[in-house]
Amino acid sequence: MSEQLPLTPSQTVGPYLRLGLDWPKGAEVVPPGTPGEVVISGILYDGAGVPVTDGLIETWQADPDGRFAHPDDPRGAVEPTVPGFLGFGRSCTDETGRWSIRTVLPGALPALDDDAEEAPHLDVSVFARGLLDRVVTRIYFAGQPGNDTDPLLAAVPAERRATLVAEKVGEAEYRFDVHLQGDRETVFLQV
Amino acid sequence: MTLAHPRPYRQPRDTHPPLDFAGYKSTGLRAPTQRPILVPQRLTEVTGPLLVGEIGPNDHDLTRQHEGEPLGQRITVSGRVLDSDGRPVPDTLVEVWQANAAGRYAHARDTWPAPLDPNFSGGGRVVTNSKGEYSFTTIKPGAYPWGNHHNAWRPAHIHFSLFGRAFTQRLVTQMYFPEDPLFAFDPIYRSAPEGARERMISAFDMDATQPEWALAYRWDIVLRGREQTPFEEPHE
Ligand SMILES: [Fe+2]
Repeated sequence: MSEQLPLTPSQTVGPYLRLGLDWPKGAEVVPPGTPGEVVISGILYDGAGVPVTDGLIETWQADPDGRFAHPDDPRGAVEPTVPGFLGFGRSCTDETGRWSIRTVLPGALPALDDDAEEAPHLDVSVFARGLLDRVVTRIYFAGQPGNDTDPLLAAVPAERRATLVAEKVGEAEYRFDVHLQGDRETVFLQV
Repeated sequence: MTLAHPRPYRQPRDTHPPLDFAGYKSTGLRAPTQRPILVPQRLTEVTGPLLVGEIGPNDHDLTRQHEGEPLGQRITVSGRVLDSDGRPVPDTLVEVWQANAAGRYAHARDTWPAPLDPNFSGGGRVVTNSKGEYSFTTIKPGAYPWGNHHNAWRPAHIHFSLFGRAFTQRLVTQMYFPEDPLFAFDPIYRSAPEGARERMISAFDMDATQPEWALAYRWDIVLRGREQTPFEEPHE
């Protein structure tokens, strides 16, 4: 192992994160009116079941073809087939603890080595006052056949798996609540 | 064609604060109680947003975002964004936010009796150049009180948000100023392990000061680098 520079520690975003991190169009992973667009939203809850009104949710995902416009996609960086697709979403929680993004469902990702294919998912970062580092989770989508064989879901105890699956609540609407603690504590990931 | 697992980013060691740091009260109902599940980094984790969005003409200069100039000590803050292999991280977005010179944030929920400054909003954004360098101009923020415990004061700091090149490299942190007497009493600063927390303190940089204009601080930020070898099955 070569000599490593020591990493910079994480600190909380604090209560005033909007001053630096609120983007007017942050929630628009795709432009309004994009065919196939869906809204994913939910409430961020603390351990007392109280909505967290000073949090931030960020999402990162593949395009509908399961590709990334990034040089470290081993299949090569490609421009997304959906015009204006950013892959990245950001939503500060509002006074009711609610966050929301508008996107299109990602495609499945190819199998790596002996793993199975990955079912469509978003990577999620959660930031808030009281979180000294971000916590990471994933959003899967109810009803996707690949969920049953997804290698990451398979690594999660069966009784907690549902915390990673967004519920379909409308024609083009999914709900994904995040519970930082409690009976329904969301599964968080160390990546 | 079978794709191999990507070369992962190194796991941080002895760097980040524990989530359940009791001295910081807000962690009590917010820090998850279950251990995170260690998962291999796959394609979603080793890629990430490379976008930087729209950068306004005064986003890099927090002293020029209003009609007049804000009160306070004018400073520049400059440095490099690197990965732990020492490689610069070019073209990456750096977002900052801070209190004004009196220690008050231009935010509806900050109501302590220090004056607001009509000429200071306290938010900025810059993009690193090809050498990973960033620089912005601002005023030195003041310390401010908070409700964590009796007579609690935060040392002066600037909040920083960094993306790097991959989801795994994302980092939000705070930059502090040298020799702040409040370090000894601040649970947020002290939540990072001894030996690591000092990395969040900027250095006064006389060479970068500008005569008759601004003092200067220097702060390099180090994000996770990548393992040299391919993925191995994680073991606890
Ligand atoms: Fe702060």
